Amino acid sequence: MKTQLITTTLAVMLLAAPVFAQSCADGKTLTEGTLTIATGNPAYYPWVMDDAPESGKGYEAAVAYALAERMGFSASNVEWTRTSFDQAIQPGAKDFDLNIQQFSITEDRDKVVDFSISYYTAPMAVLVRSADKLEPSMAELKGLVWGAAASTTGLPMITDTIAPTASTLIYDDNANIVEAMKAGQIDAALFDLPTALYLSAVVLDGGQVLGQFPANEATDLDRFGMIMAEGNSLKECVDVALSSMKADGTLGGIEATWLQETTGVPLIK
Amino acid sequence: MLIAGGSTALVVLAIVMLVPLAPGWEGVKASFFSGEVFAKTFPKLLKAFLWDMAIFAWSVPLIFSLGLAIALARAVRSPALFPLRIFGAAYVDIFRGVPVVLVIYLVGFGIPGLGLPRPWNSPYIWGTVALVLTYSAYIAEVLRGGIESIHASQRAASICLGMSERDTMRYVILPQAIRRVIPANMNMLVALQKDVALLSFIGPVEILRQAGIFKSLLANFTPYVAAALIFLCVTVPATRYADYLMNRDRNARS
Repeated sequence: MKTQLITTTLAVMLLAAPVFAQSCADGKTLTEGTLTIATGNPAYYPWVMDDAPESGKGYEAAVAYALAERMGFSASNVEWTRTSFDQAIQPGAKDFDLNIQQFSITEDRDKVVDFSISYYTAPMAVLVRSADKLEPSMAELKGLVWGAAASTTGLPMITDTIAPTASTLIYDDNANIVEAMKAGQIDAALFDLPTALYLSAVVLDGGQVLGQFPANEATDLDRFGMIMAEGNSLKECVDVALSSMKADGTLGGIEATWLQETTGVPLIK
Repeated sequence: MLIAGGSTALVVLAIVMLVPLAPGWEGVKASFFSGEVFAKTFPKLLKAFLWDMAIFAWSVPLIFSLGLAIALARAVRSPALFPLRIFGAAYVDIFRGVPVVLVIYLVGFGIPGLGLPRPWNSPYIWGTVALVLTYSAYIAEVLRGGIESIHASQRAASICLGMSERDTMRYVILPQAIRRVIPANMNMLVALQKDVALLSFIGPVEILRQAGIFKSLLANFTPYVAAALIFLCVTVPATRYADYLMNRDRNARS
C-alpha cells in the first residue's frame, strides 16, 4: 500500500512537474494536489464575506487563497469544507488540511492540535458612542475620558501612548465599562478589535469602533492561528509560506483591505 | 508586668523563627514583601490614598446630617407625623439590609444612566451618595439608640418646666444622647474609612484599585501589603481614640 502510494506520488510528480516541483506540500495533504481548507459554519463577516469562502472575499478567505498560492496550489485546487469550532479543536483525525476560523493560539489547545504561526494579531481598538461624532486622531483621543479593565494590556497603552488629560477610570470587567459608557461617565475604552466589534454591534446601543492601533505582537496577546491535526507534516510548509507573506507585506495588504476598509475601522495615526 | 512581657516576647520570637521555616516562605516573601516593589509603588499608592481621604472627608458631614434626620424622624411622637416614622423605619431597613457594594453599583451606574450631563454623572458624586445612603442608615440607628437611652423622666420633667417637644429634644435629650454614642460612631467611621475603597468598583482609581493595577503590571502582591499599611496608619489611631473616648465615658459615669 505504502509503496503503491509513493509510486503514485512519484508518477504524479513526474507528470505534473512544472506545477509541483517546488511545492513543500507534496504528499502531505489529504487529497494529493488539493488543499482542503475548513472554515466555520456559518463563517462570519469580516472574516468571510456572505458565508462564501470560495469567493476569496473576507480576511480569512483572502489569506487562505494567498497562502495556497504560496504553497503551490492554484485557486482551483483549493477545496472548502466546514467544521464547527469545537469539532476543529478536538483531538484525532481531521477531514481538513487547514482550519481557519479565528482560533486564538493557546497552550491548552496546542496540546491537542497543531497551530500555524499567527496570521493575525488582534490589535487594540477604540470603542466610543457614535452620537459623539469623534475623529480617529490622536489629538481627539487625548481629550476624552477613558475607561479600561484593570487586568488588560489596554491600560499601559492608554497611559503611555494616548496619555489623556483627564484621569482614566478603571473597571473590573467589560460589562462595567459598557455600563459606564452608557452612563456617560467615560467617552472611550480600549479593547482588542474582535471584542470591540462585538461590543459595538451587540452590547452597546449606538456604539462605534472609532479606530484601531497598529498591532503589536509583543503586547497584544490574542493571536489567531490555523489549526492542523496534531503532528501534521504540513505545518512546516504552512509556516514558511505564512512568514514569507508577513515579510513581504502580503498579509498586511489583505488586512488593510478586509479589516480596516471593509469594517470601517481606520488605523489611528 | 514581667510575666506579660516575657510571654509576649516568647510568642513574637516563635513567629519570627517558625514562619521562615515554612517551605513556601521564600516564594511568599518575594511576592508579598518585596522591598524593591514596595519602594517603587508606595508614593503612587499614597497619592491614590488622598482620594480615599477626600471622599471620606466630604462623606462624613453628609452622613451625620442625614443620619440625624432619619433618627429624629423615627423618634417623632405626634400621631400626625406617623408617616415620617414609617419612612424612617423603611429607610433603615433597606439601606442597612443591602450590601454596600450593591448600593454602590446600583446608584453609581444606575442614576447617571438616566442621562445626567457631565459633571453631574461623576462616579465620585454617585459613589459618595451610595456611601451616604448606607452609612446614614447605620448612624441613624446608633443615634436612635442614644436618644432612647435617655430616661423618659427627663422628657417628662422638661415638659413640666414648660419646654416644647421640640426644645426638649434640642436642648435636653440630643446633647446627652449624642455624647453617649460617640464611641459607637467612631467605630462606624473606621468602617467607613475602609469601605471608601469600594468606590473603585465604579471607576475611581483610589488606593485599592491602584494597588490592583500594580499587582497586574508587576505580578506581585506587595502593593496590597503597602496599601494595608497605609490604611492601618489611619485606622489604628482612630480605633485607639475611640477606645479612649469609651474609657473616659465609662470613668465619668462610674
